[in-house]
Amino acid sequence: MEILKIAGALVTLVGSLFLFLGAVGIVRMPDLYNRMQAGTKATTLGTILTLLGVGIYHPAWLGRMLLLVIFVAITNPISSHALARAAHFAGLKLTKGSVCDTLADDEEGDDA
Amino acid sequence: MEKFLARLLLAALLVLIYIVWTGSTDGSDVAVMSAAALLVSAFFSKSRRMPRITPVKVAWSIAYVFYLFVAIIKANFDVASRIVRRKIPLNPGIVSVRTRLTSPLGRIVLANSITLTPGTLSVEMKGDILYVHWIDVATTDREEATEEIVAGFEKYLEVIFG
Repeated sequence: MEILKIAGALVTLVGSLFLFLGAVGIVRMPDLYNRMQAGTKATTLGTILTLLGVGIYHPAWLGRMLLLVIFVAITNPISSHALARAAHFAGLKLTKGSVCDTLADDEEGDDA
Repeated sequence: MEKFLARLLLAALLVLIYIVWTGSTDGSDVAVMSAAALLVSAFFSKSRRMPRITPVKVAWSIAYVFYLFVAIIKANFDVASRIVRRKIPLNPGIVSVRTRLTSPLGRIVLANSITLTPGTLSVEMKGDILYVHWIDVATTDREEATEEIVAGFEKYLEVIFG
């Protein structure tokens, strides 16, 4: 049982490392869209690993943690999509150095 | 008959989630929850046209979950490795891709999968055109971007929601 505790703690530690990187990414990225990338990508695995780690540490909770993982995997992309979409329609520009903004181009086309 | 079965299946799923969540298999608990689950499924499965469930679709769904999980892990390492660089390597932009999927549920799953995978984030969908923020734009051409971002998922989703 000791080995389960150590494994669970390690998995949780790796998960929290990803969560930390996600937080660093939110500070370092240049504009909202790139921040959303950091805020969704690095945190999905971070949350999943943290929950699984707790599940391994307390095997009785594993089922619950798996349910939470499914909820996170479903809700995480939806919320980030909603934020990105709202930001684009609020007129937030992409950072300097962005290659293209097809959505804005197409919308101008619609207005004309 | 088929509708009734679909409702029963939904109710059974709800009961299963409840049992896992509470960790209680006490008879009276399960009885109360079964009643509630049947009530909920009676109200909520009415307006939904559930896709037909076949063994082939179930097998592809399981394969899809594994495919997605690998993609999620790749995405996390990709973004995490960008974050820790001294100068973040970025080449961002919003590109448009076209999807062949027609069912709304299939499109939702596709858009969510795109958000979960390396460097891409779905921003908006108009008809069959999906606008995707890409952290490292490789091509601005719609067809090529479709090939790059969507094709891998569509292969599975076309069978599942087809």
